[in-house]
Amino acid sequence: MKYKLKLFIILFTVHCSLFTHAQDVTALINKAKEKLDRVNDYIAAGVLTIDVAFIKAPTSKVTVYYKKPDHFKMVNNGGISILPKGGISINMGALINTDNFTALDAGEAVVNNIKTKVVKLLPNDQNSNVVLSTLYIDESNFLIYKAVTTTLENGTYELDMTYGKYADYGLPDKVNFSFNAKDYKLPKGLTLDFDENTKSPATDSLKEKKGKVEINYSSYTINKGVDDAVFKTN
Amino acid sequence: MQPIVQVKNLSKQYKNIKAVDALSFTVQEGDVYGFLGQNGAGKSTTIRMLLTLINPTAGDIELFGMKLHANRNKVLRNVGAVIEKPDVYKYLSAYKNLKLFAHMSKVHPSDKQLMQQLDMVGLKERAHDKVSTYSQGMKQRLGIAIALIHDPQLIILDEPTNGLDPQGIADIRNLILHLSREMKKTLLVSSHLLNEMEQVATRLLIIDKGKKLVEGATAELFDPAQTLIELETTNNKEAIDLIAGSAWQKGLPQQRSNKIYIRMHRDDIPDFNAWLVERNIRLVSLQPRHSLEDYFLQITSGTQHVAAFTN
Amino acid sequence: MWQLLQIELYKIFRRPRTYIAFGATAVLITLLQFGLKVDGQEYADFMLQSLGNFDVQGKLLNGYMVCYLVLQLMLVHVPLLVTLISADMLSGEANIGTLRLALSKPYSRASVVLAKFFATCVYTLLLLIWVAVLALFVSMLVFGTNDLFLMKSEYIVLIKENDVFWRYCCAFGFAFVSLVTVASIGFFLSAFAENSIGPIVTTMSIIILFTVLGTLNIPMFDAINPYLFTSHMVIWKEFFDEKVTANNEAIAGTIQDLPAIFHSLLVLLAYIVVMIGATIFVMNKKDILS
Repeated sequence: MKYKLKLFIILFTVHCSLFTHAQDVTALINKAKEKLDRVNDYIAAGVLTIDVAFIKAPTSKVTVYYKKPDHFKMVNNGGISILPKGGISINMGALINTDNFTALDAGEAVVNNIKTKVVKLLPNDQNSNVVLSTLYIDESNFLIYKAVTTTLENGTYELDMTYGKYADYGLPDKVNFSFNAKDYKLPKGLTLDFDENTKSPATDSLKEKKGKVEINYSSYTINKGVDDAVFKTN
Repeated sequence: MQPIVQVKNLSKQYKNIKAVDALSFTVQEGDVYGFLGQNGAGKSTTIRMLLTLINPTAGDIELFGMKLHANRNKVLRNVGAVIEKPDVYKYLSAYKNLKLFAHMSKVHPSDKQLMQQLDMVGLKERAHDKVSTYSQGMKQRLGIAIALIHDPQLIILDEPTNGLDPQGIADIRNLILHLSREMKKTLLVSSHLLNEMEQVATRLLIIDKGKKLVEGATAELFDPAQTLIELETTNNKEAIDLIAGSAWQKGLPQQRSNKIYIRMHRDDIPDFNAWLVERNIRLVSLQPRHSLEDYFLQITSGTQHVAAFTN
Repeated sequence: MWQLLQIELYKIFRRPRTYIAFGATAVLITLLQFGLKVDGQEYADFMLQSLGNFDVQGKLLNGYMVCYLVLQLMLVHVPLLVTLISADMLSGEANIGTLRLALSKPYSRASVVLAKFFATCVYTLLLLIWVAVLALFVSMLVFGTNDLFLMKSEYIVLIKENDVFWRYCCAFGFAFVSLVTVASIGFFLSAFAENSIGPIVTTMSIIILFTVLGTLNIPMFDAINPYLFTSHMVIWKEFFDEKVTANNEAIAGTIQDLPAIFHSLLVLLAYIVVMIGATIFVMNKKDILS
């Protein structure tokens, strides 16, 4: 989940710098990258909503820290929060560092009523965990509205972005991650629910396998510096 | 005078045992009513029925002229009882036990009254000691104090001398006489010891196997005119034939095993003895049964003989 | 009646046995709290491993969570302790011989039985308050308060701190009814015996047997599960389950399955009424031979 967020950033910062065969598509990605490059760091305040079948949680207020090139951290503001995990388990390294994937023009599509260019990124490395990434980029303002990544290990992730007043920095007001939520089940011996009859969470919406995490950013503080220590501890 | 206890045809049937069988008796005001029988004769069952602890299979019980079960709470306010062992809460003191049971009897005596009551049964000094430290005699006395605390008209004591030493037995005897004579209480006292009853009871009821054997005023039951003679001769058959053909016949002679039993006035015994000797009947033994106790022992060991006696 | 109740309460609280339960719960809860204080973080971390690609931030092991863990573990113990007293109420007095004296007093047997039962309820309530003080308030003091994060076997519930306390109040209220149900069963069995060991052991066995039957999840037993009081006693946990919006967002102040709670409450109350009614019936018919 967190991985998604990260993926989002990485897609912006890395994909754009890749060698591509389709010149116009490569140019588009570069433009988008340029835009993102204007952000060295930011601290953002947001509200996190988790929409996962096996989690019943209220929204939580979070603070998100980012620093180039790939430092990213989400912290809750008091109470207890369930957050997308910090470490990325799928192998993004190949995508980021090897510089070897291929950008293909895949036509156009409409995302949230916005006409976008569809760019498919194929890793050249056969061992890459990422099988395919698809970006939906608005050619008029070089903003990525949607990114879909299929991985070997973790299935397909989807990001949807909505932009507002921070669009100039390529920073979304709202990010929506969709992913295949893994099954959750704990042995009763561990939860001490010896006596509880097995029952599925009652509402229909809880039965959906698809997980979503939505972050609504209320403000960004951009390029004011972020202490590295923030990213170190838990 | 109104009967305090009136029992009519009272029966209690357990699965295979008739514990009490069509028992009838009446206890009048002021009686010390001795309720005699061996262990298992049905005394306790009867007493428990009087206290509504056991539901009768048949029969009527009236206390103070009221049907017992219909007027249970009203009737029982006026009854004090020690049922078999005087069991109380051992983790409480005598004082606390007394107070607790007083409340259960719907009276609220003052501390002074409670102490007076304990004083009467000789427990004043130990009033605040836990009952677990008491001797059997002290517990018995506490049980009696509990039975009396609400000043009941009828006091039922079930085997009050059980497990007591001679001094304890004497204490209880004196207490019963005190309650009857000084405090004008009516008492129903059960026992398997006739000599105890003989000394305190105004009336006696003897039961066996749930049935009434004999009932009457103690003075009458000890009537010298009804003295029972136990006789053993060298030739019982000849002796009994002789008696049957004589004026002694009215004493209803009976032969049981190697003994002959016959009733007569105590004053006639020397003449009877001389009469036997004159007829060459040689005596092995001749014993008059003065005390009701011997009699009691016999009748409770052989109902056949008693039936003959009570005819 | 009030008089009788006072007497029964006096007797209960003058007996050393009464305090066994208070002592035992104190020791047990303190031990659990100590264990969680020392080692609880490891337990929490271990639990969190199963969360996969989620992280949990914040003080998981707070007083509310400790109380929940303690209550789950105490679920078996407290009923057994209640049984110690309830199953002794009639049989114990039969055993020491005071029952015959009590029942020959000018109070009806029904009122004596009810007084004893209500006294048992008061005892149960006090024991529960004791447990609440130790498990909830002491935990709140020692571990502090925070949101309540619960990992059930099928899903996870996160309840905001200010939405927790009332749930505990309700849960303790429900637990009271549960414990009184257990008490009423022990009480009923005690009407048949002349020493307290039999009914105590029988009641405990019933609790254990029913709990096992309810836990086995064998289809064969599914039909009887709804009739086992033990299946309904655990419903207190429902107070710690929230409703969610269409987007799976927990709604503060809600209870997922309130009807289930009411249903269980009714079943438990039915148990109590039947048990006490049966006790009065049995005692009224019974010949007191002790």
